[in-house]
Amino acid sequence: MSGFFELGFLNLTWGSIVMLIIGGALLYLGIAKKMEPLLLVPIGFGIILVNLPLGGLMATIVQGNVTEAYVVGGEPAGVVSRIFAYGLAWEIIPVFIFLGLGAMTDFGPLIANPKTLILGAGAQFGVYFAFFIALLLGFSIAEACSIGIIGGADGPTTIYLTNRLAPNFIGATAVAAYTYMALVPIIQPPVIKLLTTKKERAIYMKPQMRAVSKREKIFFPIAAATIIILLVPKSAPLIGMFMFGNLLKESGVTDRLADTAANAFMNVLTILLGLCVGCFMSADSFLNADSLMVFGLGVVAFASSTAFGVSLAKLMNLFSKEKINPMIGAAGVSAVPMSARVVQRMGQEANPRNFLLMHAMGPNVAGVIGTATAAGIFLGMVG
Amino acid sequence: MAQENVEFPITGKITSVNVKEGSKVAEGDTLCMLESMKMENPILAPVAGTVAKIELSVGQVAEVGDQVAIIEY
Repeated sequence: MSGFFELGFLNLTWGSIVMLIIGGALLYLGIAKKMEPLLLVPIGFGIILVNLPLGGLMATIVQGNVTEAYVVGGEPAGVVSRIFAYGLAWEIIPVFIFLGLGAMTDFGPLIANPKTLILGAGAQFGVYFAFFIALLLGFSIAEACSIGIIGGADGPTTIYLTNRLAPNFIGATAVAAYTYMALVPIIQPPVIKLLTTKKERAIYMKPQMRAVSKREKIFFPIAAATIIILLVPKSAPLIGMFMFGNLLKESGVTDRLADTAANAFMNVLTILLGLCVGCFMSADSFLNADSLMVFGLGVVAFASSTAFGVSLAKLMNLFSKEKINPMIGAAGVSAVPMSARVVQRMGQEANPRNFLLMHAMGPNVAGVIGTATAAGIFLGMVG
Repeated sequence: MAQENVEFPITGKITSVNVKEGSKVAEGDTLCMLESMKMENPILAPVAGTVAKIELSVGQVAEVGDQVAIIEY
């Protein structure tokens, strides 16, 4: 009989109502505003599902009692909590997403202009900047690492690192990372404008980049994986999968595998990841001061990464004869291709002759490498 | 009268042609749209003037360095 009285709406709390509204807002941004729909729609719907009381999607068994929300360390007993435990907490999904990303990435612009690797690395200073701010605000070192990495604008890396270092923050950091990625066109332009003059934004870059040979493209992922993993061993899961995926794409003999990694497999992982992250955001685990601070610091991380990227590009101009447009430094955050696109649009606005897209893709893909490496450094430091 | 030969800065597929021969354009007007890297990119007029030549069709694949248009100014 008790099941008859388990009506969900009798158990609705203010917190869950707030979360239902947040879930609805993310759905609105995804569907009506077309902002990152592939991520925001699964996350938004996950939030709605998990905040309808008594559904048990994220049920966990802790010392014989079944809880409604996910408990780190408990035994998962709900359909999504099982996926969460064995897919995310076991670090399978974010790592394999990197395989798919690798199969989608063209390192051509980076190989043609290796200088842009420096810009991709430079933007990671923002990660460390936010890390120190979080430390000053009283977060633990492990938590501060997870907050700082949001500035890299890389969802899977953020989830991977948070899961290792501060598992209770995973909902907050993941949603912050993905929301800010979607908000790249709003967050980056004011920072870029603040740091550059109109004349600098109008700096013309020749469209023609040197042609990159097939051989170089095959050699790159093998060499990059070897060098980076030797330097930062803890980056092996992310960088290893990223470069493996890229080799599948470039080898020319594994097109079937590359196609699956970049499309079907990636879509499966995106569904599972999005749903898991959304379902982690129950009112109890999300509506607290720490999560809101994570959200606030995420913007700081993101804006400072942009600022460091642009400043480094300006610094490089002091020493080189052929000037680069400093805006491409902003593409050093790894939101591919959103930030490259922002740079492209602002470049055309300042000078209609300019077409910076390919120039910005160099630092952009370098940023992905940079963020995954920064995560490896954090793990080596703390993990 | 000076002429400017506008070239494609990137390889892609033309999704729309927004001006015709004889059209007057201002600096920054869209000449055509190019789909590249799963993004729609406008190709803009670098100078104000008159389009003297534009031979593009929707669906055509353009390579880097191919001619977009000649603008007289």
